[in-house]
Amino acid sequence: MTAPRHLYVHVPFCGYRCGYCDFVTVTGNEPLHGRYVDALIAELGTKTIDPDTVFVGGGTPSLLADELLARLLATLPAAAEVTVECNPETITATKAQVLVDGGVTRVSLGAQSFRPRLLEVLDRRADPASVRAAVATLRRAGVENLNLDLMFGVPGQTPDHLRRDLEDALSLRPEHISYYELEAKPGTRFTHAHGAELARQAEAMEEYYEVVVETLRGAGFRWYETANFCRPGRPAEHNLGYWLGHDYLGVGIGAVSTVGLERRRNLPSLPRYLEAVEAGCQPPAEVELLTADERALERLMLGLRLDRPLPVNGARPLLDPVAVDRLCRQGMLVDDGHALQLSERGRFLADEVVATILR
Amino acid sequence: MALSRIRNFSIIAHIDHGKSTLADRILQLTSTVSEREMRDQVLDSMDLERERGITIKAQAVRVMYRAADGRTYELNLIDTPGHVDFTYEVSRSLAACEGALLVVDAAQGIEAQTLANAYLAIEGDLEIVPVVNKIDLPSADPDGVAAEVGDLVGLGSEDVLRISAKTGAGVEAVLQGVVDRVPPPSGDPQAPARALIFDSSYDQYRGVVAFVRVVDGSFHPRERLQAMALGTRFEVEELGFFSPGRRPAKHLSAGEVGYIITGLKDVSQLRVGDTLTLARGGAQAPLPGYQEVKPMVFAGLFPTDSDQYPELRDALEKLKLNDAALAYEPESSRALGFGFRCGFLGLLHMDIVRERLEREYELDLLVTAPNVAYQVHVADGSLVEVHNPAQMPPAGEIVETEEPYVRASLIAPKDYVGAVMELNQERRGTFHHMEYLSEERVQLVYDLPLAEIVLDYYDQLKSRTRGYASFDYELLGFRPGAVVKVDVLLAGELVDSLSLITHRDNAQAQGRALVEALRERIPRQMFEVAIQAAIGTRVIARETVKAKRKDVTAKCYGGDISRKRKLLEKQKKGKKRMKQVGSIEVPQEAFLAVLEINRERTA
Repeated sequence: MTAPRHLYVHVPFCGYRCGYCDFVTVTGNEPLHGRYVDALIAELGTKTIDPDTVFVGGGTPSLLADELLARLLATLPAAAEVTVECNPETITATKAQVLVDGGVTRVSLGAQSFRPRLLEVLDRRADPASVRAAVATLRRAGVENLNLDLMFGVPGQTPDHLRRDLEDALSLRPEHISYYELEAKPGTRFTHAHGAELARQAEAMEEYYEVVVETLRGAGFRWYETANFCRPGRPAEHNLGYWLGHDYLGVGIGAVSTVGLERRRNLPSLPRYLEAVEAGCQPPAEVELLTADERALERLMLGLRLDRPLPVNGARPLLDPVAVDRLCRQGMLVDDGHALQLSERGRFLADEVVATILR
Repeated sequence: MALSRIRNFSIIAHIDHGKSTLADRILQLTSTVSEREMRDQVLDSMDLERERGITIKAQAVRVMYRAADGRTYELNLIDTPGHVDFTYEVSRSLAACEGALLVVDAAQGIEAQTLANAYLAIEGDLEIVPVVNKIDLPSADPDGVAAEVGDLVGLGSEDVLRISAKTGAGVEAVLQGVVDRVPPPSGDPQAPARALIFDSSYDQYRGVVAFVRVVDGSFHPRERLQAMALGTRFEVEELGFFSPGRRPAKHLSAGEVGYIITGLKDVSQLRVGDTLTLARGGAQAPLPGYQEVKPMVFAGLFPTDSDQYPELRDALEKLKLNDAALAYEPESSRALGFGFRCGFLGLLHMDIVRERLEREYELDLLVTAPNVAYQVHVADGSLVEVHNPAQMPPAGEIVETEEPYVRASLIAPKDYVGAVMELNQERRGTFHHMEYLSEERVQLVYDLPLAEIVLDYYDQLKSRTRGYASFDYELLGFRPGAVVKVDVLLAGELVDSLSLITHRDNAQAQGRALVEALRERIPRQMFEVAIQAAIGTRVIARETVKAKRKDVTAKCYGGDISRKRKLLEKQKKGKKRMKQVGSIEVPQEAFLAVLEINRERTA
């Protein structure tokens, strides 16, 4: 078996926790940053990997002090694409320089919106000016490949807000835009606080999504994945690895690795992670053994998110030929006998299309 | 026992007026059951009966009573089913008796159902012993109700017994009243043996058990018998009486009531009302009054999970063993798959069958809207009986349609006469007559199409009269009625199981209500879905379910692939619970829309 070509490194620390967030994050605990970076380096040391892509995500990796961040980046294996997730308010000129000097080729910046009121609803600390400043700082330091994370369906958002967010984002000339809908998880404080408004947004989102796709394409972006848009030749190679169903390794708390039919998820507890790794052990993890059918199903589910034909190969038996045929006739899907691809309209309804064609 | 010491009687009462409690007291008072064995409603053996407080199957129990004259009498209490759907069975139970206790709640007064059964008893020349029950209730009006009951049976109110079955007060006098007032059975012990079958049940080990009243002669074990109307022959495996369990006996003689174990494998071979006699040297003429009961209300029963079809078939077979009135035949629907078209005596019968299938056989069922039987005269001169909208001939070939009518008797306090009349007018009723039973209570009689009462007539009656009205009906037969078939099309495809037959005047409103109900129940699909109601090719109502524009989860990275896969599998499972009609996915509950619309129509 060949070693995975994609490495994910999780840095859970955040200056504060945003109300809608459901990632593995840790706030406060600055004294632990150093120990955690050392532990990450130790866990990495146990892996044999020569990756094409590295993604340092969080949390807020850019929250690490300059020298800690530099130490972490220096230890990462070299790769053609090295992405670091950053929050705008953490970007200083020195931080930007640390990133570039550390071999980072791509920065993903969590902008979410340029409307102060919406940022407030999301508990974001950055204001629109700091997003613009961060982009300028990163560009000056030499970051040539920049992603903006944006969000629609935020409580209080209007169609006009969306239009202006799109304009503001485009004016910063990013190479890549990820445009997500807000996913309010049931039972969270955020969902509780915004219940009725979230229901209203859920209806409005149908139109928002169409506006996002239409506007970004009109500006020359390729809608290469459900929620991701890029300038020609600038897709997120690391994420493409997930969508193409490649194996990947993850290190750090909460990080997931999938190698062959084994999926391993490091447990989210920071103390237990530190304790284990510092004692020279593997971090505590839960292991999910996938069946070949499950893995094949995941490849279908992920691959159909892309704007390219997906070779079906051995996954044919998972599909209901009658449903495939019907959806092809209805213009949702194209099946050339070897590969499947969703039509333009099919992409807006991808979940339903995939659920329909499965046996 | 000599004929002169036998009394056969039944109890006529409205639901909740205390029939079962009185029966329990009688069993206790005559030591037929010990205190230890006593549980409420001993005679109602099925769980469902116990729970609903109604009797579905008639039963007969023998008690020995030492009367005031110091002699011991054999009293046979024949329990009758207490609902409108089972009028014929009631009439046969009454035919097995010489007398009846007419039990009326001292707080409620006479109800329509009591009245109907009391008339059946009077027509059958039964001696009526009127009883006012529940005199211990604070709201009781024993004098007023006794006067009402006395008027009905032509007795003075002093001849009406006043009791509380609950406390036992006056129950002894009831037994003495039966001995004194109910005549002993007449019949010829020397004539060729004849017995009336007034009910039957199925015992899984011993086959069909007939409940009989011997009229002439006597019956013995091992004799070969014949059912005169159906011609069924069998050998008596055992006979005896209930006390209250089965007690085998050496013979059953003229005037007596008991059971005969036949070994037959199917209750439909032994119909209620038929006459048993000896297979050789038997009686020449059967006892009068046999009728074949025909189902009048039909509905499709489909398993929610199509894998349960064989279980549903087996369950219906087993129910049929014990319920000769239940009819069924396989039916397949494009939308609902394989199921059965079932025929019932009426709505309660349908409800009971459905509940027994779900409860005793653990089936998850989808029941289509009930419809009545229609007779359709076709251009070629033939007569088609339609039990299912799908059987309706094309509109162009129909010369005339006929629908079953009933004569409904309604009793309500006089303040609600207006409300009752209004409901009957809405339901195409024809006023027949009206009568004051007392200063306060009025009986109204209407002729109505059965189709108008099978849906929610009873609920409406109850809600418009705050529960005070009672209702009973008898079938009158078929009368001309301009009925049409309304079809439903989803995205241009006819959905057979949503079709309904209705009177021409109601078609527009029902079609509209139906498409609106469907619009609310059919989720948005990948395409716009047109919902149409049509008579033939003429569309009478239309609604649209708009196409879904977005169904895709935004984020999907390495950490959440498992979760996304599980969501997808869940979405897939949800789709499997839907029925595929052409390219449209229709949730099961949409098929129940037909049931809902009639409620809306009158809301």
